[in-house]
Amino acid sequence: MYRLLRFILVVALLSPVLTSSVFANAEPHHGAPNKELTPEEKREKNTEFVKHHTHDSHSFGIVSSEEGGWHLGFPLPVILWDGGLHVFMSSAFEHGEKVVESNGNYYKLDTHDGKIYKTDEHGTVMTKSTVDEKTDEETISKLKPIDFSITKNVFTTMLMCLFLFFLFRSVAKSYKSGLAPTGAAKFIEPIVIFIRDEIAIPNIGEKAHKKYMVYLLTVFFFIWFLNLMGMTPLGINVTGNIAVTFVLAMFTFFITQFTAKKDYWMHIFWMPGVPVPMKIMLIPIELIGLVVKPFALMIRLYANMLAGHIVLGALIAAVYFFDAYFAKAAFLGLTFFMNIIELLVAALQAYIFTMLTALYFGSAAAVHEEAH
Amino acid sequence: MESLLGEFSVGLAFWQAMLFLGLLLLLRKFAWKPILNSVNEREAKISESLELAEKTRAEMETMKAQNENLLKEARAERDAMIKDTKETVNTMIEDAKGKARVEADKVQSLARDAFTAEKVAAIAELKTQVASISIEIAEKVLRGELASQDKQTTLANKLVEDINMN
Amino acid sequence: MMDVSMIGAGLIVIGVGIGIGRIGGSAMEAIARQPEATNKIQTAMLIAAALIEGIGFAALFAA
Repeated sequence: MYRLLRFILVVALLSPVLTSSVFANAEPHHGAPNKELTPEEKREKNTEFVKHHTHDSHSFGIVSSEEGGWHLGFPLPVILWDGGLHVFMSSAFEHGEKVVESNGNYYKLDTHDGKIYKTDEHGTVMTKSTVDEKTDEETISKLKPIDFSITKNVFTTMLMCLFLFFLFRSVAKSYKSGLAPTGAAKFIEPIVIFIRDEIAIPNIGEKAHKKYMVYLLTVFFFIWFLNLMGMTPLGINVTGNIAVTFVLAMFTFFITQFTAKKDYWMHIFWMPGVPVPMKIMLIPIELIGLVVKPFALMIRLYANMLAGHIVLGALIAAVYFFDAYFAKAAFLGLTFFMNIIELLVAALQAYIFTMLTALYFGSAAAVHEEAH
Repeated sequence: MESLLGEFSVGLAFWQAMLFLGLLLLLRKFAWKPILNSVNEREAKISESLELAEKTRAEMETMKAQNENLLKEARAERDAMIKDTKETVNTMIEDAKGKARVEADKVQSLARDAFTAEKVAAIAELKTQVASISIEIAEKVLRGELASQDKQTTLANKLVEDINMN
Repeated sequence: MMDVSMIGAGLIVIGVGIGIGRIGGSAMEAIARQPEATNKIQTAMLIAAALIEGIGFAALFAA
């Protein structure tokens, strides 16, 4: 336990240093104090740099150099659905410089938004124009295949799923030798008990909490560990991605609806204990609430993690933006400080997501004794 | 809002949902059930043990109380026995004393009777001896008195006188 | 257009800041008054702050 704690502490303390060292290697590519760049261009580049590092990507890049023209990392498979299945490695794009031909279709990677577009054989993006019938306005949209690629986020999630599976299976196995926790279980068990006693039981209830425990525990550790993954200098931003948080919020939403008792629907469609006109007025409000709850859940986690990454990225970019050494030192210190705050936020957001999920489950599982 | 939608990737959501569902099912089977079961089991065991300890303590308490009671009873019994014994002994002693006294009295009275009888006998004997001695003396005196004639006559006169007077 | 939404975003941040600040302050006072209820107060504080934050983010994205 102490060894594990010490390890976490060391990683936490080192992560800003590691982060900045990685970005230092990437220096020529991004916010380099290049003499030819005007401050506006520098700012533009820094914005690009921060955005780039919060986006998902089709390859697992670790270090890259624009001027040197080299990239360190490994490619990931690209899976596209565009009237048919197209599978190839992301290395074929050569970081957006080459048009890839697959089964007669041509695709190109846009390095700015990290998305794959359909092109002709010369690399010109194909567009589709749609005309709004009411306003006669023509909107031109780029053609995009449906992208089922194993992106960096998917890849990281796979690794994390494997890691979580083996970690918790070993924890579960360690209980076979005896009832007292040993090894990793010493670290995991208090958290499990915390989730059960402080989150599940007070919000859901002594009896009903049992069937929700599996989801609450999984979602807590999933979010927490992925948040921590985002703290590593690999520039992974899984939980700060709207699609990821959308999926998690949807899980919460559907579990809430499918396990809801009669009382839950009663409170939405025919609120007991209020006059009839009030009941009718409350229906749309409750229905909006139904949608807002998972939406808020989704946005909260996404925005918190994304904001954390943007702030950290901006601070690191600022280290290179300023030429004076004291400014660099100050921003390095600030980055360090923010990293520690982000470590706290990583756990806090996992906790809040789990807590609110439990709260929603509680409202679904509640059986009211009296009308109120 | 547009930026949110623009960033949304269907593929990522799809993979995420699949992976998360898989993780959920795997962990439910291989991790959470055994972990929660053993944690619950342990807690049940602990509370059971605590209960048992509490019960044992209560039992001990009652046993202690019982012991104390037994001890008290035993002590009381012993005391009663001692008292009884003392009383018995006392009565026995008293009895013995009384008997002894009666016996002594008896002996005394017997002794006294015997003594009285002896005394009476002695007195009687003394009396007879004194009587015989006095008769002897009177004989001797009479002999001396009646040794001469005149003396005999005087005496006879006197006796006659006495008789006459009567 | 961009500038107006920026002002809106600023207003949202001010509002959320005041809201969360008030929650935090009240929670501090409550903890000072009843240190034995620290855990419950903290939980309630976090939930309330998270709800306000959620609305704030939603508004920010709408802006």
